[in-house]
Amino acid sequence: MLRARQLGKQVTSPEGPLRILDDVGLDVRPGESVAIVGTSGAGKSTLLGLLAGLDEPSEGRVWLAGREVTALDEDGRAALRAENVGFVFQSFHLIASLTALENVMLPLELSGAENARDAALEAIRTVGLEPRKSHYPHQLSGGEKQRVAIARAFVVQPEVLFADEPTGNLDQRTGEKIVELLFNLNSEFGTTLLLVTHDLELASRCNRILFMEAGRIEREEETRSS
Amino acid sequence: MTGGWRDTIRIASRLLVRDWRAGELTVLVSALLVAVTAMTGVAFLTDRVGQAVEMRAAESLAADLRIESAAAIDPAYETLAFENGLESARMTRMPSVVFAGEANSLAAVRAVTPGYPLRGELKTAERLLAAPSVTNDVPPPGEAWAAPRLMARLGVDTGVTLEVGAAQLKLTKVLDFRPDEGWSFVDLAPTLLINGADLESTQLVQPGSRVSYRLLLSGPRGAVRDAKPLLESRLAEGERLTDIEDSNPQIRSSMERSGRFLNLASMVSVLLAAVAVAMAARRYSQRHRDRIALMKCMGASRRLVFRSSLLQLALLAMAGSVVGAILGFMAQAGLAWLMRDLIGQALPMPGFQPAFLGAFTAISILAGFALPDLAQMGKTPPLRVLRQDLDPPALRYGITWLAGVAAVLILLLWIIRDTRLVLTIFLGAGITFVALGAAGWLLVRLLRGFRGAAGVAWRYGLSNIARRGRESVVQVVAFGLGLMVLLLLSTVRTELMETWRQSLPDNAPNQFLINIQPHETAAMAGFFESRGMETPDLVPLVRARMSTINGENVTQMTFEDPRGERWARRDSNLSWTEALQPDNRIVEGKIWSGLPARAEVSVEQDFGRELGLSLGDELGFNVAGETLTATVTSFRTVEWDSFSPNFFMVFSPGVLNDYPATYISSIYLPENQRDVVLDLMREFPSVTAIDLDAVLGQVRDVMDKAALAVQAVFVFTLLAGLTVLWAAVQATRDERRYESAMLRTFGASRRRVLGGVAVEFIAIGLLAGVLAAAGATLAGWLLAENLFELDYGFSAALWVAGPLAGVLLVGLSGLAATWRVVTHAPNSVLRAA
Repeated sequence: MLRARQLGKQVTSPEGPLRILDDVGLDVRPGESVAIVGTSGAGKSTLLGLLAGLDEPSEGRVWLAGREVTALDEDGRAALRAENVGFVFQSFHLIASLTALENVMLPLELSGAENARDAALEAIRTVGLEPRKSHYPHQLSGGEKQRVAIARAFVVQPEVLFADEPTGNLDQRTGEKIVELLFNLNSEFGTTLLLVTHDLELASRCNRILFMEAGRIEREEETRSS
Repeated sequence: MTGGWRDTIRIASRLLVRDWRAGELTVLVSALLVAVTAMTGVAFLTDRVGQAVEMRAAESLAADLRIESAAAIDPAYETLAFENGLESARMTRMPSVVFAGEANSLAAVRAVTPGYPLRGELKTAERLLAAPSVTNDVPPPGEAWAAPRLMARLGVDTGVTLEVGAAQLKLTKVLDFRPDEGWSFVDLAPTLLINGADLESTQLVQPGSRVSYRLLLSGPRGAVRDAKPLLESRLAEGERLTDIEDSNPQIRSSMERSGRFLNLASMVSVLLAAVAVAMAARRYSQRHRDRIALMKCMGASRRLVFRSSLLQLALLAMAGSVVGAILGFMAQAGLAWLMRDLIGQALPMPGFQPAFLGAFTAISILAGFALPDLAQMGKTPPLRVLRQDLDPPALRYGITWLAGVAAVLILLLWIIRDTRLVLTIFLGAGITFVALGAAGWLLVRLLRGFRGAAGVAWRYGLSNIARRGRESVVQVVAFGLGLMVLLLLSTVRTELMETWRQSLPDNAPNQFLINIQPHETAAMAGFFESRGMETPDLVPLVRARMSTINGENVTQMTFEDPRGERWARRDSNLSWTEALQPDNRIVEGKIWSGLPARAEVSVEQDFGRELGLSLGDELGFNVAGETLTATVTSFRTVEWDSFSPNFFMVFSPGVLNDYPATYISSIYLPENQRDVVLDLMREFPSVTAIDLDAVLGQVRDVMDKAALAVQAVFVFTLLAGLTVLWAAVQATRDERRYESAMLRTFGASRRRVLGGVAVEFIAIGLLAGVLAAAGATLAGWLLAENLFELDYGFSAALWVAGPLAGVLLVGLSGLAATWRVVTHAPNSVLRAA
């Protein structure tokens, strides 16, 4: 479902060129869940951005859902994401001027779906937020915001879900609930999950864990969930 | 992902509606509405007042168009006019001696057909000295109405029978006023108005008699405009078409000035609103970068994002045009209603054109000032969802703003069609912008030195200004610009308008004295002296006909301007002077000092242009059979509305000494000294006095109406200035709110946070106020000197009002914008961030 070969990213810094990702290769099977863990600055989010086609690598190639992401231009990558990818972010990224329901409707509207409202309502119901569907993001708690974000990610039934520190901004109890919801939906839809976190307990719920350090995958571990 | 227009329209419109509901578009839409409302409101009002002023001006012609000829006018013109929806009336005019018993006097007999005058009204009285009243009729057949001067010369009152040529007509009314009285030298003889049907029986029209025929035409504006070229193309040799443009130079001059004031007001409104739109669009694009990144992350293509932004702008432009035009219409209706007593007549309904102007305004402002930011917003990389610090590539504001300014410039040039005015304002605005920016930058830098000098609130407030360097400069410029316009409006405008009105003071000359013989000049000075009055300036006048330009015979020359053709074919009045009168201003070349070696002539600018003259041209004149040549050494403008004796051509002293001259003069006589004229006529029988009160009244009326309209229209400019202030406060509102909430979270007291914000805004307001006062002084002076040709005095009040208004307006609005931070829990602000 997801494959990367010799993936590298170099950026220019005031001190000169800086390699933030170096010779990364990975394979993720359909339906598999993989966690990428590492300290801050290890290159986790950079890797996620490259795998999702949000950024272009300095070298190397990426394939997603059978297509080479690195051979596509920005619009091509966007089209690929529209068909196959969902996102959950640490800082939720809800649009402030849209209600909870409208936030969930947005990806459906972008893909030209006919019954955006009904499908979004169903997704909102699934995450237990129907009573708050007309609330704006600033009227929701952190946990509620993340539930809206999860509903938004799953409403298009993506093949791959990228999650960037989904519990990073939440307290432990809320975080646990969110993780529960995420993994339940994941197994329900059979989605491939790529999760970036520094929380080992969360990572251990995935089939596999990739440990990153200084821009490289240092080691890989199968978990009991595999 | 679908990328078709249908989906784009659906997405764009939904997002726009949601943005509107969430209050994201308030500033942008308000600024747009102010621009469109100002443009359409001014255009609607200008249209209506312009029509009213034109109608008033048309009264001096008694028509909208007039065809004049020494031969009978072909009835085909009337048919053509009728087919084009115009009304018509005829006037036949000839000098004739009128008899009343033994007494007789030369009169200008005017035979008119029913309908005359087509514009304006006749005033008649039952007998001499009785109160006049307005009439809509003309003398019935067999009757005549005479001007009081004629009746005085004949020594009769109404009721007598007059002999007019071969006809006997009963004098039934005193003709107190006719709108086309004018005061040209041909109108010397007093009028006798008779019915056109009586013309034949008078037998005054004979071969060789000095008859002039006039066909008067009037109708709706569009019909007049359409008919004019048709009529012009058919004019035969000796026939002349006149419209209000070339009728009365005094009224024309007033109309031009008021037109400039009105256009200035609407232009400044549009420019200010454009600045507000640009600021609002910038804030909108900054706030929506996350959304764009997210949309791209969800698979939206760049094309979809760009098209969606474009469509949103188009929808905004459409909504702004319609709502703005409706508001503009309502606003002008309200203004017209407010001014109803002062205008004193019902204004004609406006045309539809202003609504289209509104639409063009909305499109050019949005395309020029909002599109660049929104297009840039579309370039936000999708990776921003993971890295908040990723912004779209920086916008090259220089180029995009240049494009915006160009868009508005083209729009204004198209609408206003006064290249000089538009370019002056644009240049002025550009210089103001740069100067404000440079001064703002300097002042912001200077503030850094004060940071450690005062308490915490001061340190926090001032350091904020210095830290936000660029934004602070932008704010100082925006506030300064807004304040500058407010100051210009509140003080300079009043002074400009006053100066304009004072250019026609209450004691403007109301009597013109002509035909004063050279030997009478000393006696005339004595006449006024003996009455304790100031001796008026006696201006020499020589009648001549232009014969050559640079040696070429003018009768064989062709002129691009038909008016030039006319000037070259008629007698001119020449004069000479040692020094120019104050109402004359040299615009090109130099005026002589002392006695120049050769004959020099100073030519009025428009007259020179119509004849195609340039400096150094040799003009030849035929004066009483002799030839005289003079070199054009200067061009000058003349304030025709000053009512002093003025000439198209003024010669250097001595040149005309040997030619037969008479003198003319103008004096002001208050109502209770009118008998001085009678004494003067008795003492100097050859001198003719022309009463200018009627014309003066017309000009004053035009001025008052125009001045009122201008005052009213500046309300829009005021609104636009306030919108800029609002947009400037909104521009950094999010950041400020967030920072203040943070400070509160860290334990800063409510007073301290408010104090810091207050210091920051007050300092910015003060800087902006000082710059605004400087700008307003300079702009007022430039406007008065260059555009309106008025003398403008320095105003100390500006320097108090500017900084004070800055501190109050900016300080208060800044505090209002951040008030919520200190009255609500910081958490609510931080959570919304």
